[in-house]
Amino acid sequence: MSAALAFDNVTLGYDRHPAVHHLSGAVQSGALIAVVGPNGAGKSTLFKGIVGMLKPLAGGIDLCGLRARDIAYLPQVADIERSFPISVYDMVAMGLWREAGLFGGIGKRERDKVRDAIAAVGLSGFEERPIGTLSGGQMQRTLFARLLLQDGRVVVLDEPFNAVDTKTAADLCDLVMRWHAEKRTVIAALHDLELVKSMFPEALLLAREPVAWGATREVLTAENLLKARRMCEAFDEHAEACAA
Amino acid sequence: MIYNTLISPFVEFAFMRRALVGTLALALGAGPVGVFLMLRRMSLVGDAMAHAILPGAAIGFLISGLSLFAMTAGGLIAGFVIAVGAGVIARVTELKEDASLAAFFLISLAVGVTIVSLKGTNIDLLHFLFGSVLALDNQTLLLIAAITTLSLIVLAVIYRPLVLECVDPGFLRSVSRAGGPAHIAFLALVVMNLVGGFHALGTLLAVGIMMLPAVTARFWARDVTMMILIAVAVGAVSGYAGLLLSFHVGAPSGPAIILVAGVLYAGSVLFGRVGGVLRLAFPGRHLEA
Repeated sequence: MSAALAFDNVTLGYDRHPAVHHLSGAVQSGALIAVVGPNGAGKSTLFKGIVGMLKPLAGGIDLCGLRARDIAYLPQVADIERSFPISVYDMVAMGLWREAGLFGGIGKRERDKVRDAIAAVGLSGFEERPIGTLSGGQMQRTLFARLLLQDGRVVVLDEPFNAVDTKTAADLCDLVMRWHAEKRTVIAALHDLELVKSMFPEALLLAREPVAWGATREVLTAENLLKARRMCEAFDEHAEACAA
Repeated sequence: MIYNTLISPFVEFAFMRRALVGTLALALGAGPVGVFLMLRRMSLVGDAMAHAILPGAAIGFLISGLSLFAMTAGGLIAGFVIAVGAGVIARVTELKEDASLAAFFLISLAVGVTIVSLKGTNIDLLHFLFGSVLALDNQTLLLIAAITTLSLIVLAVIYRPLVLECVDPGFLRSVSRAGGPAHIAFLALVVMNLVGGFHALGTLLAVGIMMLPAVTARFWARDVTMMILIAVAVGAVSGYAGLLLSFHVGAPSGPAIILVAGVLYAGSVLFGRVGGVLRLAFPGRHLEA
Protein backbone atom coordinates (compact mmCIF):
# COMPACT_ATOMS: atom_id res chain seq x y z
CA MET A 1 0.00 0.00 0.00
CA SER A 2 1.41 3.37 -0.86
CA ALA A 3 1.42 6.36 1.44
CA ALA A 4 -0.97 9.24 0.90
CA LEU A 5 0.71 11.57 3.38
CA ALA A 6 4.10 11.42 5.05
CA PHE A 7 5.18 13.48 8.06
CA ASP A 8 8.92 14.00 8.24
CA ASN A 9 9.72 15.07 11.80
CA VAL A 10 7.35 17.96 11.29
CA THR A 11 6.82 20.74 13.80
CA LEU A 12 3.95 23.19 13.26
CA GLY A 13 3.09 26.13 15.42
CA TYR A 14 2.52 29.82 15.91
CA ASP A 15 5.09 32.47 16.68
CA ARG A 16 7.82 29.82 17.18
CA HIS A 17 5.78 27.99 19.82
CA PRO A 18 5.13 24.44 18.62
CA ALA A 19 1.54 23.22 18.51
CA VAL A 20 2.56 19.95 16.83
CA HIS A 21 6.01 18.87 17.97
CA HIS A 22 8.18 16.42 16.01
CA LEU A 23 5.60 14.22 14.32
CA SER A 24 6.86 11.49 12.02
CA GLY A 25 4.95 8.78 10.23
CA ALA A 26 2.84 8.04 7.21
CA VAL A 27 -0.86 7.80 6.46
CA GLN A 28 -1.51 4.96 4.03
CA SER A 29 -3.65 5.47 0.99
CA GLY A 30 -7.23 4.43 1.73
CA ALA A 31 -6.75 4.66 5.49
CA LEU A 32 -9.55 5.62 7.85
CA ILE A 33 -7.71 7.33 10.68
CA ALA A 34 -8.98 9.36 13.64
CA VAL A 35 -6.81 12.02 15.27
CA VAL A 36 -7.68 12.38 18.94
CA GLY A 37 -6.27 14.39 21.77
CA PRO A 38 -7.18 16.98 24.36
CA ASN A 39 -8.09 20.55 23.42
CA GLY A 40 -5.05 22.41 22.21
CA ALA A 41 -3.33 19.15 21.23
CA GLY A 42 -2.55 20.41 17.75
CA LYS A 43 -5.17 18.55 15.71
CA SER A 44 -6.45 21.61 13.82
CA THR A 45 -2.89 22.84 13.43
CA LEU A 46 -1.86 19.52 11.90
CA PHE A 47 -4.73 19.69 9.43
CA LYS A 48 -3.89 23.23 8.48
CA GLY A 49 -0.37 22.01 7.77
CA ILE A 50 -1.69 19.19 5.60
CA VAL A 51 -3.83 21.45 3.44
CA GLY A 52 -1.06 23.99 3.15
CA MET A 53 -2.56 26.82 5.19
CA LEU A 54 0.32 26.73 7.65
CA LYS A 55 4.00 26.37 6.86
CA PRO A 56 5.94 24.00 9.14
CA LEU A 57 8.35 25.50 11.64
CA ALA A 58 10.63 22.51 11.04
CA GLY A 59 10.52 19.27 9.08
CA GLY A 60 7.99 18.73 6.33
CA ILE A 61 4.74 17.18 5.17
CA ASP A 62 4.99 15.21 1.95
CA LEU A 63 1.75 15.08 -0.01
CA CYS A 64 3.10 12.17 -2.07
CA GLY A 65 2.15 13.60 -5.42
CA LEU A 66 -1.23 14.99 -4.39
CA ARG A 67 -2.12 18.52 -5.38
CA ALA A 68 -4.16 21.00 -3.35
CA ARG A 69 -7.28 20.18 -5.33
CA ASP A 70 -7.07 16.50 -4.44
CA ILE A 71 -7.59 17.22 -0.75
CA ALA A 72 -11.11 17.99 0.47
CA TYR A 73 -10.99 19.86 3.79
CA LEU A 74 -13.71 20.59 6.31
CA PRO A 75 -12.36 23.14 8.82
CA GLN A 76 -13.47 23.23 12.43
CA VAL A 77 -14.75 26.74 12.71
CA ALA A 78 -15.65 27.58 9.18
CA ASP A 79 -14.97 31.22 8.55
CA ILE A 80 -18.16 31.40 6.57
CA GLU A 81 -20.00 34.67 6.11
CA ARG A 82 -23.49 33.41 6.86
CA SER A 83 -25.12 36.72 6.09
CA PHE A 84 -23.90 36.60 2.50
CA PRO A 85 -26.85 36.23 0.12
CA ILE A 86 -26.13 32.83 -1.36
CA SER A 87 -28.32 29.74 -1.58
CA VAL A 88 -27.60 26.22 -0.36
CA TYR A 89 -27.45 25.12 -3.99
CA ASP A 90 -24.72 27.61 -4.88
CA MET A 91 -22.81 26.84 -1.70
CA VAL A 92 -22.76 23.13 -2.48
CA ALA A 93 -21.96 23.81 -6.14
CA MET A 94 -18.66 25.36 -5.01
CA GLY A 95 -17.50 21.79 -4.62
CA LEU A 96 -17.32 21.60 -8.41
CA TRP A 97 -14.36 23.97 -8.42
CA ARG A 98 -11.98 21.19 -9.33
CA GLU A 99 -13.80 20.57 -12.60
CA ALA A 100 -15.28 23.97 -13.35
CA GLY A 101 -12.51 26.23 -12.09
CA LEU A 102 -12.77 29.96 -12.73
CA PHE A 103 -14.80 29.95 -15.92
CA GLY A 104 -15.98 26.43 -16.54
CA GLY A 105 -19.62 25.99 -17.39
CA ILE A 106 -21.99 23.99 -15.24
CA GLY A 107 -24.13 21.83 -17.47
CA LYS A 108 -27.00 19.45 -16.80
CA ARG A 109 -24.67 16.68 -15.62
CA GLU A 110 -23.08 18.97 -13.05
CA ARG A 111 -26.44 20.32 -11.91
CA ASP A 112 -27.66 16.78 -11.35
CA LYS A 113 -24.52 16.03 -9.34
CA VAL A 114 -25.24 19.02 -7.12
CA ARG A 115 -28.82 17.91 -6.54
CA ASP A 116 -27.68 14.37 -5.80
CA ALA A 117 -25.16 15.63 -3.27
CA ILE A 118 -27.82 17.75 -1.58
CA ALA A 119 -30.13 14.73 -1.46
CA ALA A 120 -27.35 12.50 -0.10
CA VAL A 121 -27.07 14.69 2.98
CA GLY A 122 -30.81 14.84 3.45
CA LEU A 123 -31.30 18.45 2.46
CA SER A 124 -33.64 17.99 -0.50
CA GLY A 125 -35.96 20.96 -0.70
CA PHE A 126 -33.39 23.31 0.79
CA GLU A 127 -31.79 24.27 -2.51
CA GLU A 128 -33.07 27.84 -2.67
CA ARG A 129 -32.68 28.69 1.00
CA PRO A 130 -30.15 31.39 1.89
CA ILE A 131 -27.42 29.88 4.05
CA GLY A 132 -28.13 32.43 6.75
CA THR A 133 -31.41 30.68 7.54
CA LEU A 134 -29.88 27.26 8.21
CA SER A 135 -29.39 25.68 11.60
CA GLY A 136 -25.93 24.51 12.71
CA GLY A 137 -26.61 20.93 11.69
CA GLN A 138 -28.05 21.95 8.34
CA MET A 139 -25.01 24.11 7.64
CA GLN A 140 -22.75 21.18 8.46
CA ARG A 141 -24.73 18.97 6.09
CA THR A 142 -24.35 21.62 3.39
CA LEU A 143 -20.60 21.62 3.86
CA PHE A 144 -20.57 17.82 3.70
CA ALA A 145 -22.48 17.95 0.43
CA ARG A 146 -19.83 20.29 -0.88
CA LEU A 147 -17.15 17.85 0.24
CA LEU A 148 -18.95 15.09 -1.64
CA LEU A 149 -18.74 17.06 -4.83
CA GLN A 150 -15.11 17.89 -4.32
CA ASP A 151 -14.33 14.24 -5.00
CA GLY A 152 -11.07 14.48 -3.06
CA ARG A 153 -8.64 11.58 -2.90
CA VAL A 154 -7.95 12.64 0.68
CA VAL A 155 -10.72 13.91 2.95
CA VAL A 156 -9.68 15.89 6.03
CA LEU A 157 -12.43 16.50 8.61
CA ASP A 158 -11.81 18.73 11.62
CA GLU A 159 -14.34 17.88 14.36
CA PRO A 160 -17.13 17.33 11.87
CA PHE A 161 -19.77 16.31 14.41
CA ASN A 162 -19.52 19.24 16.81
CA ALA A 163 -22.91 20.75 17.57
CA VAL A 164 -24.74 18.29 15.35
CA ASP A 165 -27.73 16.15 16.40
CA THR A 166 -27.56 12.34 16.61
CA LYS A 167 -29.49 11.66 13.41
CA THR A 168 -27.32 14.07 11.43
CA ALA A 169 -24.17 12.59 12.94
CA ALA A 170 -25.33 9.09 12.00
CA ASP A 171 -26.10 10.17 8.43
CA LEU A 172 -22.76 11.88 8.08
CA CYS A 173 -20.98 8.83 9.45
CA ASP A 174 -22.59 6.80 6.67
CA LEU A 175 -21.07 9.22 4.20
CA VAL A 176 -17.65 8.77 5.79
CA MET A 177 -17.96 5.00 5.46
CA ARG A 178 -18.98 5.47 1.85
CA TRP A 179 -15.81 7.44 1.22
CA HIS A 180 -13.79 4.71 2.87
CA ALA A 181 -15.45 2.12 0.65
CA GLU A 182 -14.48 4.26 -2.34
CA LYS A 183 -10.82 3.87 -1.27
CA ARG A 184 -10.42 7.52 -0.35
CA THR A 185 -8.10 8.38 2.53
CA VAL A 186 -10.12 9.84 5.41
CA ILE A 187 -8.54 11.67 8.35
CA ALA A 188 -10.85 13.03 11.03
CA ALA A 189 -10.26 14.86 14.29
CA LEU A 190 -12.80 13.67 16.84
CA HIS A 191 -13.59 13.97 20.51
CA ASP A 192 -16.11 11.15 20.78
CA LEU A 193 -13.89 8.19 21.71
CA GLU A 194 -16.77 5.69 21.49
CA LEU A 195 -17.37 6.74 17.90
CA VAL A 196 -13.67 6.39 17.17
CA LYS A 197 -13.55 2.91 18.67
CA SER A 198 -16.59 1.79 16.68
CA MET A 199 -15.79 3.36 13.32
CA PHE A 200 -12.08 3.98 12.91
CA PRO A 201 -9.58 1.16 12.61
CA GLU A 202 -6.58 3.48 13.00
CA ALA A 203 -5.94 6.31 15.43
CA LEU A 204 -3.28 8.89 16.22
CA LEU A 205 -3.28 10.17 19.78
CA LEU A 206 -1.77 13.63 19.71
CA ALA A 207 -0.89 15.81 22.67
CA ARG A 208 1.35 18.25 20.90
CA GLU A 209 3.80 15.38 20.60
CA PRO A 210 2.55 12.09 19.20
CA VAL A 211 1.64 9.80 22.11
CA ALA A 212 0.60 6.73 20.13
CA TRP A 213 -0.22 5.86 16.53
CA GLY A 214 -1.57 2.60 15.27
CA ALA A 215 -4.58 0.32 15.63
CA THR A 216 -7.30 2.08 17.60
CA ARG A 217 -7.65 -0.43 20.41
CA GLU A 218 -3.89 -0.27 21.04
CA VAL A 219 -3.78 3.51 20.93
CA LEU A 220 -6.79 4.38 23.06
CA THR A 221 -5.66 2.64 26.23
CA ALA A 222 -6.20 4.21 29.64
CA GLU A 223 -2.44 4.59 30.03
CA ASN A 224 -2.01 6.49 26.77
CA LEU A 225 -5.00 8.70 27.44
CA LEU A 226 -3.58 9.62 30.82
CA LYS A 227 -0.26 10.50 29.22
CA ALA A 228 -2.04 12.74 26.74
CA ARG A 229 -4.03 14.48 29.44
CA ARG A 230 -0.83 15.46 31.19
CA MET A 231 0.21 17.59 28.25
CA CYS A 232 0.43 21.23 29.18
CA GLU A 233 -1.90 23.36 27.06
CA ALA A 234 -0.32 26.78 27.48
CA PHE A 235 2.72 27.87 25.54
CA ASP A 236 5.78 28.38 27.68
CA GLU A 237 6.80 32.02 27.40
CA HIS A 238 10.27 31.26 28.75
CA ALA A 239 11.05 28.21 26.59
CA GLU A 240 14.46 27.81 25.02
CA ALA A 241 15.09 26.95 21.38
CA CYS A 242 14.41 23.25 20.74
CA ALA A 243 17.55 21.18 20.37
CA ALA A 244 15.90 18.21 18.66
CA MET B 1 -46.65 69.48 -17.72
CA ILE B 2 -45.08 66.11 -17.06
CA TYR B 3 -43.13 66.39 -20.26
CA ASN B 4 -41.84 69.81 -19.21
CA THR B 5 -40.80 68.55 -15.82
CA LEU B 6 -39.37 65.16 -16.66
CA ILE B 7 -38.21 65.13 -20.28
CA SER B 8 -37.73 68.61 -21.73
CA PRO B 9 -34.63 69.63 -19.77
CA PHE B 10 -32.79 66.75 -21.41
CA VAL B 11 -34.20 67.44 -24.85
CA GLU B 12 -33.37 71.12 -24.77
CA PHE B 13 -29.96 71.18 -23.17
CA ALA B 14 -26.93 69.25 -24.33
CA PHE B 15 -25.19 69.62 -21.00
CA MET B 16 -28.11 67.87 -19.28
CA ARG B 17 -27.93 65.00 -21.77
CA ARG B 18 -24.24 64.59 -21.21
CA ALA B 19 -24.66 64.72 -17.46
CA LEU B 20 -27.33 62.02 -17.71
CA VAL B 21 -25.16 59.76 -19.86
CA GLY B 22 -22.27 60.27 -17.48
CA THR B 23 -24.28 59.38 -14.39
CA LEU B 24 -25.92 56.38 -16.06
CA ALA B 25 -22.50 55.04 -17.02
CA LEU B 26 -21.28 55.63 -13.47
CA ALA B 27 -24.29 53.83 -12.02
CA LEU B 28 -23.64 50.86 -14.29
CA GLY B 29 -19.98 50.60 -13.33
CA ALA B 30 -20.09 51.57 -9.68
CA GLY B 31 -23.24 49.68 -8.75
CA PRO B 32 -21.84 46.13 -8.83
CA VAL B 33 -18.58 47.28 -7.24
CA GLY B 34 -20.54 48.92 -4.44
CA VAL B 35 -22.54 45.75 -3.80
CA PHE B 36 -19.35 43.76 -3.30
CA LEU B 37 -17.82 46.46 -1.13
CA MET B 38 -20.88 46.32 1.09
CA LEU B 39 -20.96 42.53 1.24
CA ARG B 40 -17.28 42.41 2.14
CA ARG B 41 -17.88 45.00 4.88
CA MET B 42 -15.61 47.44 3.09
CA SER B 43 -18.12 50.28 2.77
CA LEU B 44 -16.01 52.77 4.68
CA VAL B 45 -12.93 51.51 2.90
CA GLY B 46 -14.53 52.78 -0.31
CA ASP B 47 -14.89 56.17 1.31
CA ALA B 48 -11.28 56.15 2.46
CA MET B 49 -10.05 55.25 -1.01
CA ALA B 50 -12.03 58.10 -2.51
CA HIS B 51 -10.09 60.46 -0.26
CA ALA B 52 -6.83 58.72 -1.12
CA ILE B 53 -7.32 59.62 -4.77
CA LEU B 54 -7.38 63.33 -4.03
CA PRO B 55 -3.65 64.00 -3.54
CA GLY B 56 -2.86 62.11 -6.75
CA ALA B 57 -5.36 64.17 -8.73
CA ALA B 58 -4.14 67.32 -6.97
CA ILE B 59 -0.54 66.65 -7.98
CA GLY B 60 -1.74 66.11 -11.55
CA PHE B 61 -3.51 69.47 -11.26
CA LEU B 62 -0.35 71.06 -9.88
CA ILE B 63 1.65 69.87 -12.86
CA SER B 64 -0.79 70.34 -15.73
CA GLY B 65 -3.77 72.31 -14.51
CA LEU B 66 -7.28 70.95 -15.09
CA SER B 67 -6.05 68.38 -17.59
CA LEU B 68 -8.18 65.23 -17.71
CA PHE B 69 -5.20 63.04 -18.44
CA ALA B 70 -3.00 64.43 -15.65
CA MET B 71 -5.67 64.34 -12.95
CA THR B 72 -6.91 60.90 -13.96
CA ALA B 73 -3.41 59.51 -14.11
CA GLY B 74 -2.54 61.09 -10.77
CA GLY B 75 -5.71 59.81 -9.17
CA LEU B 76 -5.28 56.30 -10.54
CA ILE B 77 -1.68 56.07 -9.45
CA ALA B 78 -2.40 57.33 -5.94
CA GLY B 79 -5.45 55.09 -5.68
CA PHE B 80 -3.71 51.94 -6.93
CA VAL B 81 -0.64 52.43 -4.79
CA ILE B 82 -2.69 52.88 -1.65
CA ALA B 83 -5.28 50.21 -2.49
CA VAL B 84 -2.74 47.56 -3.44
CA GLY B 85 -0.44 48.48 -0.59
CA ALA B 86 -3.26 48.33 1.95
CA GLY B 87 -4.61 45.14 0.39
CA VAL B 88 -1.23 43.42 0.50
CA ILE B 89 -0.68 44.51 4.10
CA ALA B 90 -4.13 43.22 5.06
CA ARG B 91 -3.47 39.82 3.48
CA VAL B 92 0.03 39.37 4.81
CA THR B 93 -0.21 40.81 8.34
CA GLU B 94 -2.80 40.72 11.10
CA LEU B 95 -3.96 44.23 10.24
CA LYS B 96 -7.37 44.35 8.59
CA GLU B 97 -8.19 46.39 5.52
CA ASP B 98 -10.01 49.15 7.38
CA ALA B 99 -7.14 49.84 9.76
CA SER B 100 -4.46 49.92 7.11
CA LEU B 101 -6.48 52.35 5.01
CA ALA B 102 -7.52 54.55 7.93
CA ALA B 103 -3.84 55.36 8.26
CA PHE B 104 -3.91 57.03 4.85
CA PHE B 105 -7.19 58.72 4.30
CA LEU B 106 -7.30 61.77 6.54
CA ILE B 107 -3.75 62.69 5.61
CA SER B 108 -4.64 62.23 1.93
CA LEU B 109 -7.56 64.64 2.17
CA ALA B 110 -5.49 67.27 3.97
CA VAL B 111 -2.58 66.94 1.54
CA GLY B 112 -4.87 67.08 -1.46
CA VAL B 113 -6.78 70.16 -0.29
CA THR B 114 -3.51 71.93 0.54
CA ILE B 115 -2.01 71.23 -2.88
CA VAL B 116 -5.09 72.43 -4.73
CA SER B 117 -5.31 75.57 -2.61
CA LEU B 118 -1.67 76.38 -3.33
CA LYS B 119 -2.15 76.63 -7.06
CA GLY B 120 -5.86 76.81 -7.72
CA THR B 121 -8.82 78.96 -6.89
CA ASN B 122 -11.86 78.21 -4.76
CA ILE B 123 -13.72 77.11 -7.88
CA ASP B 124 -11.04 74.55 -8.56
CA LEU B 125 -11.29 73.33 -5.00
CA LEU B 126 -15.06 73.00 -5.27
CA HIS B 127 -14.60 71.04 -8.47
CA PHE B 128 -12.24 68.68 -6.74
CA LEU B 129 -14.43 68.19 -3.74
CA PHE B 130 -17.84 68.12 -5.40
CA GLY B 131 -17.18 67.48 -9.08
CA SER B 132 -18.91 69.14 -11.97
CA VAL B 133 -21.31 66.68 -13.48
CA LEU B 134 -22.82 69.42 -15.63
CA ALA B 135 -19.47 70.22 -17.21
CA LEU B 136 -18.53 66.78 -18.49
CA ASP B 137 -16.84 67.19 -21.86
CA ASN B 138 -16.51 64.48 -24.54
CA GLN B 139 -13.19 63.27 -23.27
CA THR B 140 -14.45 62.80 -19.73
CA LEU B 141 -17.57 61.01 -20.93
CA LEU B 142 -15.46 58.65 -22.98
CA LEU B 143 -13.27 58.02 -19.96
CA ILE B 144 -16.24 57.23 -17.75
CA ALA B 145 -17.71 54.93 -20.39
CA ALA B 146 -14.39 53.16 -20.84
CA ILE B 147 -14.06 52.67 -17.08
CA THR B 148 -17.57 51.22 -16.88
CA THR B 149 -16.94 48.84 -19.78
CA LEU B 150 -13.65 47.64 -18.32
CA SER B 151 -15.29 47.26 -14.92
CA LEU B 152 -18.04 45.05 -16.21
CA ILE B 153 -15.63 42.85 -18.14
CA VAL B 154 -13.23 42.43 -15.22
CA LEU B 155 -16.11 41.78 -12.85
CA ALA B 156 -17.41 39.02 -15.11
CA VAL B 157 -13.96 37.45 -15.12
CA ILE B 158 -13.37 37.56 -11.36
CA TYR B 159 -16.99 36.96 -10.33
CA ARG B 160 -16.55 33.43 -8.99
CA PRO B 161 -13.43 33.96 -6.89
CA LEU B 162 -14.85 37.27 -5.68
CA VAL B 163 -18.04 35.66 -4.39
CA LEU B 164 -16.10 32.80 -2.85
CA GLU B 165 -13.74 35.20 -1.14
CA CYS B 166 -16.72 36.89 0.46
CA VAL B 167 -18.53 33.75 1.60
CA ASP B 168 -15.82 31.22 2.44
CA PRO B 169 -12.28 32.51 1.95
CA GLY B 170 -10.81 29.44 3.64
CA PHE B 171 -12.41 27.18 1.06
CA LEU B 172 -11.16 29.33 -1.80
CA ARG B 173 -7.66 29.28 -0.40
CA SER B 174 -7.78 25.51 -0.17
CA VAL B 175 -8.80 24.96 -3.79
CA SER B 176 -7.25 27.83 -5.68
CA ARG B 177 -4.72 30.60 -5.60
CA ALA B 178 -7.07 32.94 -7.43
CA GLY B 179 -8.22 34.62 -4.23
CA GLY B 180 -5.32 37.03 -3.90
CA PRO B 181 -5.28 38.26 -7.51
CA ALA B 182 -9.06 38.50 -7.57
CA HIS B 183 -8.99 40.67 -4.49
CA ILE B 184 -6.35 42.95 -5.95
CA ALA B 185 -8.29 43.18 -9.22
CA PHE B 186 -11.38 44.11 -7.23
CA LEU B 187 -9.52 46.90 -5.41
CA ALA B 188 -8.31 48.14 -8.78
CA LEU B 189 -11.94 48.25 -9.94
CA VAL B 190 -12.88 50.28 -6.87
CA VAL B 191 -10.13 52.79 -7.59
CA MET B 192 -11.05 53.04 -11.28
CA ASN B 193 -14.70 53.65 -10.57
CA LEU B 194 -13.88 56.20 -7.89
CA VAL B 195 -11.63 58.09 -10.30
CA GLY B 196 -14.44 58.06 -12.85
CA GLY B 197 -16.88 59.23 -10.20
CA PHE B 198 -14.42 61.87 -9.05
CA HIS B 199 -14.76 63.85 -12.27
CA ALA B 200 -18.53 63.89 -12.05
CA LEU B 201 -19.19 64.05 -8.36
CA GLY B 202 -15.94 65.07 -6.71
CA THR B 203 -13.89 63.29 -4.14
CA LEU B 204 -16.34 63.68 -1.28
CA LEU B 205 -19.38 62.30 -3.07
CA ALA B 206 -17.95 59.88 -5.64
CA VAL B 207 -18.36 57.01 -3.25
CA GLY B 208 -22.03 57.97 -2.83
CA ILE B 209 -23.02 56.63 -6.23
CA MET B 210 -21.15 53.47 -5.34
CA MET B 211 -22.45 52.77 -1.84
CA LEU B 212 -25.95 54.22 -1.54
CA PRO B 213 -27.49 52.17 -4.37
CA ALA B 214 -25.77 49.06 -3.00
CA VAL B 215 -27.05 49.46 0.57
CA THR B 216 -30.49 50.26 -0.83
CA ALA B 217 -30.44 47.02 -2.83
CA ARG B 218 -29.77 45.10 0.38
CA PHE B 219 -33.36 45.75 1.42
CA TRP B 220 -34.90 44.34 -1.73
CA ALA B 221 -33.00 41.20 -2.68
CA ARG B 222 -31.80 37.97 -1.12
CA ASP B 223 -29.47 37.04 -3.93
CA VAL B 224 -26.25 38.70 -5.11
CA THR B 225 -27.24 38.96 -8.76
CA MET B 226 -30.56 40.60 -7.97
CA MET B 227 -28.76 42.98 -5.63
CA ILE B 228 -26.43 44.07 -8.39
CA LEU B 229 -29.31 44.70 -10.79
CA ILE B 230 -31.26 46.68 -8.23
CA ALA B 231 -28.18 48.72 -7.29
CA VAL B 232 -27.64 49.70 -10.92
CA ALA B 233 -31.30 50.62 -11.28
CA VAL B 234 -31.26 52.72 -8.12
CA GLY B 235 -28.08 54.48 -9.27
CA ALA B 236 -29.63 55.25 -12.64
CA VAL B 237 -32.84 56.59 -11.12
CA SER B 238 -30.86 58.71 -8.66
CA GLY B 239 -28.86 60.19 -11.50
CA TYR B 240 -31.93 60.98 -13.53
CA ALA B 241 -34.02 62.36 -10.68
CA GLY B 242 -31.07 64.19 -9.11
CA LEU B 243 -30.31 66.03 -12.31
CA LEU B 244 -33.95 67.01 -12.72
CA LEU B 245 -34.10 68.19 -9.13
CA SER B 246 -31.03 70.37 -9.50
CA PHE B 247 -32.35 71.75 -12.80
CA HIS B 248 -35.74 72.79 -11.46
CA VAL B 249 -34.73 73.87 -7.97
CA GLY B 250 -31.29 75.32 -8.74
CA ALA B 251 -29.41 73.09 -6.30
CA PRO B 252 -25.89 71.89 -7.09
CA SER B 253 -26.25 68.73 -9.15
CA GLY B 254 -23.69 66.35 -7.63
CA PRO B 255 -25.16 66.63 -4.13
CA ALA B 256 -28.68 66.52 -5.60
CA ILE B 257 -27.98 63.11 -7.15
CA ILE B 258 -26.64 61.76 -3.90
CA LEU B 259 -29.58 63.29 -2.05
CA VAL B 260 -32.07 61.42 -4.22
CA ALA B 261 -30.08 58.23 -3.64
CA GLY B 262 -30.29 58.97 0.07
CA VAL B 263 -34.05 59.38 -0.06
CA LEU B 264 -34.37 56.06 -1.90
CA TYR B 265 -32.20 54.48 0.77
CA ALA B 266 -34.28 55.92 3.60
CA GLY B 267 -37.43 54.67 1.90
CA SER B 268 -35.92 51.22 1.58
CA VAL B 269 -34.94 51.12 5.22
CA LEU B 270 -38.59 51.70 6.06
CA PHE B 271 -40.41 49.76 3.38
CA GLY B 272 -37.85 47.29 2.06
CA ARG B 273 -39.03 43.73 1.48
CA VAL B 274 -35.95 42.21 3.14
CA GLY B 275 -35.53 43.46 6.66
CA GLY B 276 -37.26 46.80 6.23
CA VAL B 277 -38.29 48.42 9.51
CA LEU B 278 -42.01 48.27 8.80
CA ARG B 279 -41.76 44.61 7.85
CA LEU B 280 -39.91 43.86 11.06
CA ALA B 281 -42.41 45.80 13.15
CA PHE B 282 -45.54 44.38 11.49
CA PRO B 283 -44.67 40.95 10.11
CA GLY B 284 -48.23 39.67 9.72
CA ARG B 285 -49.62 36.33 10.94
CA HIS B 286 -47.16 33.45 10.94
CA LEU B 287 -47.45 30.68 8.33
CA GLU B 288 -48.58 27.09 8.76
CA ALA B 289 -45.22 25.53 7.94
